[in-house]
Amino acid sequence: MAMATAVRELTFSQAINEALRLEMRRDSTVVVLGEDVAGAAGRAHLGFVDAWGGPLRATRGLISEFGPERVLDTPIAEMGFVGAAVGAAMSGLRPVVEVMFVDLIGCCYDQIMNQAAKMHYMMGGQLDLPLVIRTAYGTRGDGKRTYGGGAAAQHSQTLYAVLAHIPGLKVVVPSTAYNAKGLTIAAIRDNGPVVILEHKFLGAAAKGHVPEEPYTVPIGRAEVVRRGRDVTICGIGRMTHVCLEAADLLATDGIDAEVVDVLTLSPLDESTILESVARTRRLIVVDEDTPTASVARDIAARVAEKGFDDLDAPIKTVTAPDTPVPFAAVLEAHYVPGAKQVIAAVHELFGTRA
Amino acid sequence: MDNGANAAYSSGTARLTKTVPSRDQFVWMYERLTLIREFEERLKWLVETGVPVGAVHYYTGQEACAVGVCAALEQTDWIASTHRGHGHCIAKGVEVHRMMAELYGKITGTNRGKGGSMHITDVRVGMLGVNPIVGMGTTHAVGAALSAKVRRTQQVAAAFFGEGAASIGAVHEAMNLAAIWKLPVIFVCENNGYAQATPVEYAVSVPDIAVRAAAYGMPGVTVDGQDVLAVWEAADTAVRRARRGGGPSLIECKTYRYYGHHQGDDPHRYRSKEEEDAARQRDCIARFREYVLSNDLLSLEELASIDAANRTKINQAVAFAERSPLPDLSELYTDVFVPES
Repeated sequence: MAMATAVRELTFSQAINEALRLEMRRDSTVVVLGEDVAGAAGRAHLGFVDAWGGPLRATRGLISEFGPERVLDTPIAEMGFVGAAVGAAMSGLRPVVEVMFVDLIGCCYDQIMNQAAKMHYMMGGQLDLPLVIRTAYGTRGDGKRTYGGGAAAQHSQTLYAVLAHIPGLKVVVPSTAYNAKGLTIAAIRDNGPVVILEHKFLGAAAKGHVPEEPYTVPIGRAEVVRRGRDVTICGIGRMTHVCLEAADLLATDGIDAEVVDVLTLSPLDESTILESVARTRRLIVVDEDTPTASVARDIAARVAEKGFDDLDAPIKTVTAPDTPVPFAAVLEAHYVPGAKQVIAAVHELFGTRA
Repeated sequence: MDNGANAAYSSGTARLTKTVPSRDQFVWMYERLTLIREFEERLKWLVETGVPVGAVHYYTGQEACAVGVCAALEQTDWIASTHRGHGHCIAKGVEVHRMMAELYGKITGTNRGKGGSMHITDVRVGMLGVNPIVGMGTTHAVGAALSAKVRRTQQVAAAFFGEGAASIGAVHEAMNLAAIWKLPVIFVCENNGYAQATPVEYAVSVPDIAVRAAAYGMPGVTVDGQDVLAVWEAADTAVRRARRGGGPSLIECKTYRYYGHHQGDDPHRYRSKEEEDAARQRDCIARFREYVLSNDLLSLEELASIDAANRTKINQAVAFAERSPLPDLSELYTDVFVPES
């Protein structure tokens, strides 16, 4: 019996780690910095090294290969070290800075919103700003714990709308190990600032085939990840998996859903979404973020503006509620959109039973 | 006051052989001091005659700070600036006609008319940008110094900030980062006494901001910011230390801005005419003229010819700005995202 060719699988975190490692090997100006990107800084002489590796362990092992000059543990000073990354990007490095959780973006928002995003424009295009900001986002919401909960309102958010809103900033949200590696490499090679939002609970969970060689997944392009005729369901990050789960269940009800993985929030790939809606004539956007002034409603508004004639039904959004993320597991599970809510929204569109 | 800890750090720094400026440096210093003054005085006149140059913060009075520091730097070194940045730009070598065109919002400006006074940048001469978000430039200088260290280029970075910025977190984060990573950064605090209308003695917890250097384990000195040679000497020491891998330093320049916070501010709502007159008695240009003349370093004729050349340069800068074209409306949409190389 012939052996099947082994397909190499990596987790989401391992894929990001490989992207960083490959780009650091390729280009000596790529540096990684952030809180505990290695851990145990300066304690190699005591036998302690690489104690942490970031919240998703995506930077673990880099210090052994590239040393503390290119893998820089920082003090807890987001405004300072993100600013230093901006300055370094202005002067010849390609820094990949890690802001542990997107909830901490307030501590360095000026550096991202006023400095990094606008530099190229307000300086008349005279300098590039090859900066990558990696940050973890999202809520567990699996309801698997009966008591207690997750990380609550300041460590569970999906704060990408405040980033996507800023002109000049590219914002990407990978959903699989494959596109996490490709988007990370594309972000490092991009000459401008790119924020990558990595869902905390995809880190070890999303596992899939990842080719060993370097490759890019283009920034600014959405991907149709499931073909269907009846309705377009747009997902972002982990919600793409929720959309796919819902699509499988809808198929048993005879509804053939198409799933679009948005992947880049800014610049948004309008045409892939509009083309899909032109085929299916219905749109649902699924977003883990709160709905007011959100990416979900932005997508809905754009389709309403540019694809109105293609629509046979009103656009629907399935999102978290306009509340902070709660602590108790039972509330948290209720907060995060799941396949059940997506299916209910689809049935509502078709006027069929949920 | 007791700044023992700071003194200990300072005295721990071995001074290199004391250097003195060369004759060329004296000429350069005078030329830059007066070019900044001429630029700002002309700008003030333009503003007052109704030329729409946008929001501007005159550097007049503080010239010795920018010139003294930049005299100790190479063109390949970096500086990061503040909202009051025209002096830093000119001292680092940004061309005044392109600066003036920028203020006029013309396509020939340093930033193609998309930045204005508060964003003048010229990376070709190491000017990383005027930056009006108070204190943020210091972090960018730290990043440039990190870049120099990783790329082993021997460049240093000077970070200008005001005494108002001494209260913002970014400056302290920048100092700590520079210190723990031993980066080649010169932190230059221009203490001009006022953050808009808030006096320094109200907003800053210590009489001399330089003592705060001790908190980051780096040398800190307070110098007379109206004395270009005193500033130069402190900067020269700090730059030498930085370049040989000794890490960052803090220099506090006690200085004075002659006009209001910006072009629309009447400073007499928060300070007296007498205080201003006293400050003008210590004018950095008058004192430098007296010094070079009384020590026979430069002649009256040489000074007059530099003055005349500067006047011509500023006349030409204004003429260039006036005759330059406005940006095409398509410029609104260009350079939002950085293009692929």
